[in-house]
Amino acid sequence: MANKQIIKERRLQDDAWKVVTLVDGEAPLDVCLPVGPLLVPVSVWKAKKACLIHREYEHGTPLGIWLAPEDKIEDIAGDIDDFSVIAVHFPKFTDGRGYSTARLLRERYGFDGEVRAFGDIGHDQIFFLNRAGFDAFVIGEGKSAEDALTAFDDFPESYQGDAVQPLPLFRRRAA
Amino acid sequence: MYRYDDYDHAIVKARVAQFRGQTERYLAGQLSEDEFRPLRLQNGLYIQRHSPMLRLAVPYGLIAARQLRRFADITRRYDRGFGHFTTRHNLQLNWVKLADVPDILAELAEEELHAIQTSGNCIRNVTTDHFAGVAADEIADPRPWAEILRQWSTFHPEFAYLPRKFKVAISGATEDRAAVQVHDLGLQVVRNEAGEIGFKVYAGGGLGRTPLLGQVVREFLPWQHLLSYTEALVRVFNRHGRRDNAYKARIKILVKALGRDEFSRQVEAEWAHLKEGPATLTAAEVGRVAAQFAAPAYETLAADDLCHLAHLREDKAFARWVGRNVQAHKVAGYAAVTLSLKASGAAPGDASSEQLEAAADLAERFSFGELRVSHEQNLILADVPQRELYTVWHRAKAAGLASPTVGLIQDLIACPGGDFCGLANARSLPLAAAIQERFEDLDYQHDIGDLELNISGCMNSCGHHHLGAIGILGVDKNGEEWYQVTLGGRQGNHARIGDVIGRAFAAVEVPDAVERLITSYLAHRHADERFIDTFDRIGAEPFRATAYSNPQPSRRVVNG
Repeated sequence: MANKQIIKERRLQDDAWKVVTLVDGEAPLDVCLPVGPLLVPVSVWKAKKACLIHREYEHGTPLGIWLAPEDKIEDIAGDIDDFSVIAVHFPKFTDGRGYSTARLLRERYGFDGEVRAFGDIGHDQIFFLNRAGFDAFVIGEGKSAEDALTAFDDFPESYQGDAVQPLPLFRRRAA
Repeated sequence: MYRYDDYDHAIVKARVAQFRGQTERYLAGQLSEDEFRPLRLQNGLYIQRHSPMLRLAVPYGLIAARQLRRFADITRRYDRGFGHFTTRHNLQLNWVKLADVPDILAELAEEELHAIQTSGNCIRNVTTDHFAGVAADEIADPRPWAEILRQWSTFHPEFAYLPRKFKVAISGATEDRAAVQVHDLGLQVVRNEAGEIGFKVYAGGGLGRTPLLGQVVREFLPWQHLLSYTEALVRVFNRHGRRDNAYKARIKILVKALGRDEFSRQVEAEWAHLKEGPATLTAAEVGRVAAQFAAPAYETLAADDLCHLAHLREDKAFARWVGRNVQAHKVAGYAAVTLSLKASGAAPGDASSEQLEAAADLAERFSFGELRVSHEQNLILADVPQRELYTVWHRAKAAGLASPTVGLIQDLIACPGGDFCGLANARSLPLAAAIQERFEDLDYQHDIGDLELNISGCMNSCGHHHLGAIGILGVDKNGEEWYQVTLGGRQGNHARIGDVIGRAFAAVEVPDAVERLITSYLAHRHADERFIDTFDRIGAEPFRATAYSNPQPSRRVVNG
């Protein structure tokens, strides 16, 4: 996963974060944590919270977590200040639950760290993902990241408020 | 009617460019079929049996003559010279080429037409009452609210990938002509005791495989909160609706599983966070939109035009047409005219390029240049002076738009069915034609009176068969087309889902079965009783008994 590229600030950057996943049958407590900044699943965070916080405290390794579509942000709401990165996984781009997750993170819980989308995402999702509050994007396998970079400006204007522009168009419209 | 401003134009234009890019990437092999499908569906593009089908939105059913004219031109240049009106204010092209679609959309965008969110698992075209603004029983014009919802739902960043499609309907009148109870979200305009406008909110209605009526989740939603409440409701659906089974993914299943009270509680809890936020509507914004739906410059006319009355007396055929196809108007001396797209032998809801142009001409000359699309798949001239009705009738007749059969059996609703649609189990159109042919005699039809007969070619229920007094559903049995008959469905304030009467019929048996049901009605009816009233009084049993009384041997000839 090292030297993987990620879209941030509308450009491609190197990315050091590793996604920890449980293999079949593996207990969250048993998972071996590699060195470096990690995105851990919710179950691992809950099982190894003390250990993860210790890593940050002792080694300055920033903390991250990743949420599956079905994970409820409410379940970790009390912990979000611990994280530098909260990532949301899109196993299929047609599963839109992560958009609500991101908006809640930004608009309800006031999270101002990185909110990262990863999985089956590409050019055609970037515009909405960005508006929902994502600011980092790991483009899915087989899709072009360069191409995705052009998607931020697909539309010049939007009717609704969102995580980036809270005011709907009708509150911004020139009289 | 609503005219685009610079923002609307820019957004629709950007959509055309975006879709052009997606189509190019698909044709170049950079997007797989699976990746392209949800994208093209959200732009109304289906791949049908014979060719792609492009579904355009007619927002809340309102279309200008200039738009219809441009559409007619497109049907000639890019299609086979006709268009099809659906049960949800949409307009379909059945024979387009994929590579042409971006160009078609670019042309239509010039006339403020688009295909945005006419399919796919997103918030669809908002529908309403086809007599909005002219009905005497109107509490408030629903169209400004529909336009406000159109803008809010267009490219909503959170709701592009819902568990399943999400349809909204809004009614502003005391009689519901928008079928709000069979929509995912139904809004009924009401006034509270203080006379303030708000909405009674229904959720979880829908047809399809599991037909359910919507439940009231809020008795009164003050208008200021329309968008924040809707956002809360759709968010609950987006987060908690089932995604493991497409047949269980509509919001109705969630409402049913949670129960009305728990669903309502969850929406209220979510809304508590959004209420009074930036999405709260302002009187200035509502006024800005409402101004675009201001009444046209009506003349001051006598309630009854003498010439019109004379024509009614002298011309029986005209009187018959007026009796069925002309509706009362809230302004004295005006009337609403239904142009029937149900001529016997033509596919219900189809209009040729010439008919589209004739309808546009009529609108320009006699009805302030605007038309409505009804969910019964007809066109409506909403503001015709009474004195012009005789001329309108003659011209409509010449264009094949004057079947005097609105609300009668010939006015049946039918989806395109297996002749076109890739989802259908059976064909709808030959069956519709066979039934229309069977009841072709106008005196017979008028004697039978009001009768809603609805045909769907599959469980997706685009033909709203559950709501027909007689509903017909195409089913597939070992590769043959069979048809299940339901009775007792109704739309409107007392909406009800019909019940299946028994075993399915072979295609060839259906016209006979329908005729036997109608004979049964004629035998049992009291004076002035409609089919549905007789059904309500005597129940399904007498109908069931006659429907199967003389079963024809099932033949393998389909739709013979």
